[in-house]
Amino acid sequence: MEQLVYSKPESIKDDFKISFCPGCDHGIAAKLVAEVLDELNVREKTIGIASVGCSVFSYDFFNVDIVESPHGRSLAVATGVKRSKPDKVVFTYQGDGDLASIGIGETIHSMTRGEKVTAICINNTTYGMTGGQAGPTTLLGQITTTTTKGRDPEIAGYPIKICELLKELEGTAFVARVSVDTPAAIMNAKKCIKKAFEAQLKGLGTGFVEILATCPTNWKMTPQEAHERVRNEMAQVFKPGIYKDKVSEAE
Amino acid sequence: MGRIVLNRDRCKACYLCMDACPNKVLEADTTVNALGYYPVKVNSEKQCVGCAMCAKVCPDIAIEKVYR
Repeated sequence: MEQLVYSKPESIKDDFKISFCPGCDHGIAAKLVAEVLDELNVREKTIGIASVGCSVFSYDFFNVDIVESPHGRSLAVATGVKRSKPDKVVFTYQGDGDLASIGIGETIHSMTRGEKVTAICINNTTYGMTGGQAGPTTLLGQITTTTTKGRDPEIAGYPIKICELLKELEGTAFVARVSVDTPAAIMNAKKCIKKAFEAQLKGLGTGFVEILATCPTNWKMTPQEAHERVRNEMAQVFKPGIYKDKVSEAE
Repeated sequence: MGRIVLNRDRCKACYLCMDACPNKVLEADTTVNALGYYPVKVNSEKQCVGCAMCAKVCPDIAIEKVYR
């Protein structure tokens, strides 16, 4: 007798449109968020906040209500939504440029206030949608369209380590950095995303997960080479792991 | 014994599923799909175990269902 072991999550629309480039980890990350919403059975009361960047297309595939925010202001919009509708589950889906550069003020202040929301950040070390400019997390020596000879700390400074920064804030309840380059890593990423939502559901504070992702188009690599880069270069600078976990402590 | 339901017109030919498949059941098709890519297809000579690894790594949700 055949048994169904996997099917598209209900939190992804039936007529979904995934307009990312081939091999982009955005698709995997979005699917994980959708699977977690299904497992926690909160799809009906979830409000997503779409940001600016490749993540803007959230409303094309997430089967939840979505509010589009101005560039970088996702967590400010999430604050407003959550405070006016405290019984809803609110999450933001942002890129590193949105969360850590343009919106770092909103990010730090909303997490210092301990807003009961969940933030998912896709860190691909570049501004993917606008054509691969240097972002806040661009690695030293990385060639982008605005650092054509590689990122030089004398000129462009150092990459921001988002998790190390946000774990120090009193308001965050769960901070983790994960990758999605192998099936095992994907399963671990899902556990972390689930905890980030539990931090919100239990009212402990902000849940945050940074996902090390690829941008094969702007890195000018195949999806396979891009995953090698995540393992060999990105994971050396941005160490994956759980940085703060008040969810397990509370249990 | 497993079986996957593949929507070939959603596949963008990143072939991450081919790397994830333990039995190397998936291979590239020789005809293009609606998006203009050479999608993956199931090699019927090989045995799918229904582990769903391909579906987990597919960024485009082209592998919609896995049965075991």
